[in-house]
Amino acid sequence: MPLAKSIEAIRADFPILVTTVYGKPLVYLDNGATTQKPLQVIQTMDELYRTANANVHRGVHRLSDMVSERYEAARETVRTFINAPRREEVIFTANTTASINAVAFSFGERFVGEGDEIIISGMEHHANIVPWQMLCERKGSKLKVIPFSDEGVLDLEAYRNMISGRTRIVAVTHVSNVLGTVNPVKEIVAEAHRHGIPVLVDGAQGIQHGTVDVTEIGCDFYVFSGHKVYGPNGIGVLYGRAELLNEMPPYQGGGDMVANVTFEKTTYNELPFKFEAGTTNFTGAIGMAAALDYLTGLGREAVAEREQALLAQATAGLSAIDGMRIFGTAPHKVSVVSFLPGKIHQYDAGMILDKMGIAVRTGTHCAQPLMERYGISGNIRASIAFYNTEEEIEALVNGVRKATEMLG
Amino acid sequence: MTINELQDQIIEEFAQFGDWMERYEYLIEMGRELPPFDETHRKPDFLIEGCQSRVWLYPSFNDVVITFEADSDALITRGIVALLVKVFSGRTPDEILGADLYFIDRIGLKENLSPTRSNGLLAMIKQMRLYALAYKSKTEHS
Repeated sequence: MPLAKSIEAIRADFPILVTTVYGKPLVYLDNGATTQKPLQVIQTMDELYRTANANVHRGVHRLSDMVSERYEAARETVRTFINAPRREEVIFTANTTASINAVAFSFGERFVGEGDEIIISGMEHHANIVPWQMLCERKGSKLKVIPFSDEGVLDLEAYRNMISGRTRIVAVTHVSNVLGTVNPVKEIVAEAHRHGIPVLVDGAQGIQHGTVDVTEIGCDFYVFSGHKVYGPNGIGVLYGRAELLNEMPPYQGGGDMVANVTFEKTTYNELPFKFEAGTTNFTGAIGMAAALDYLTGLGREAVAEREQALLAQATAGLSAIDGMRIFGTAPHKVSVVSFLPGKIHQYDAGMILDKMGIAVRTGTHCAQPLMERYGISGNIRASIAFYNTEEEIEALVNGVRKATEMLG
Repeated sequence: MTINELQDQIIEEFAQFGDWMERYEYLIEMGRELPPFDETHRKPDFLIEGCQSRVWLYPSFNDVVITFEADSDALITRGIVALLVKVFSGRTPDEILGADLYFIDRIGLKENLSPTRSNGLLAMIKQMRLYALAYKSKTEHS
């Protein structure tokens, strides 16, 4: 299935892609950190500020109505995009981290106690480790970690054996931000549900690479950030099953999340507003919806197919360099390649690539336990988006070869 | 040679380079030429942890001047470390505390001292000055 637009037309939608750095054309391969924004997003937000800015859910006036409608329409766009059963199950947050913290706090308050256990995996981003550790510290509960193979595949047998009568929640990443592995979240959820345990899926690196269907996955929570899916930053999503969300206490108090406030007692608003205290980032939510519409318009399967082709090219090109180590060779992975050429330090290579106009990420990628698992201090990550070109992948491979020669 | 004369000399050397790759090649060379770090000093006390690269810094003081030994796990960082050691090692605490380090900026490596780079270099300079301050107060009080 082809993309709805030519690659030239797609690139023309992203104004930043014609930027030059140090006089060289920008080769942006740090899409795992944040993605670039199409005109459709930039113009939506610009137009909103120019023509329809007012606070949501508060005014009796026309502008407030208009923007409230668009905010709720954005919620519906997100619902459709992830195929959530109900609109009120989509909660807007600041980002993935905020969503995970919200669940760790609120779910933790209600359902986790001393001696209870929380299962995460060994390939989590710090954002899906630290909030759970904090919960464990507060409650005296225990963190258990699913190991993974050298290829970057989770050990599901170890996972099954880890589940106990004390397990209260499983929190795993949909896609590893370092290895690119797409985890079998549907199986992970099914196994947990057999024991009546809810599952949170961290979709920060999963949402942008094809179709995500939370109903099919069956997860209880799915979280992601707008800025990693071609939308603005400062907006994120917490999808949660209404049944659970209704039982969980609010984690932030303020305006909009209340039904009735007296100094004696406050009653809380319904979903989703119970979890959206204060003025939300409605401009961001509407901008993110424009990004989701953009992806849907291009064809999400076509986006994934193009990224797979570029991934294959990058993997083959980099593998041909002497002494190359690639971290993450799972059979099912997204367009992320983490690597180290020989004994070269990632920071050196990254600095040289930078001066060639090539943007990659170096370091631990906020996944220090994963780096420790491989016995390295960090690596280089090229994360590819559908707007990247074959020429850019070639530039990466040539750049890495040149850096390797300089540093070898 | 004073600290500033040395800084001016480094700036002059870098002015000869045509492009970034030449500057980096020179730094990589400087890094390779840095005397090997004494392994007995490779302890947590002398480690400056950066997220991107790590720096080790070991001072010694003979009651007049401070000698710095340093190392980094990344070659380019090591090259910059070598330049800093060249400028600050063998100086009195007063010379170090009074110095304005302008050469890093002038040779185009300013971004390497940005806190967001987290490569250990900024912390290394701070640490060099702290050692200078500590040795200075030690001599004044003894």
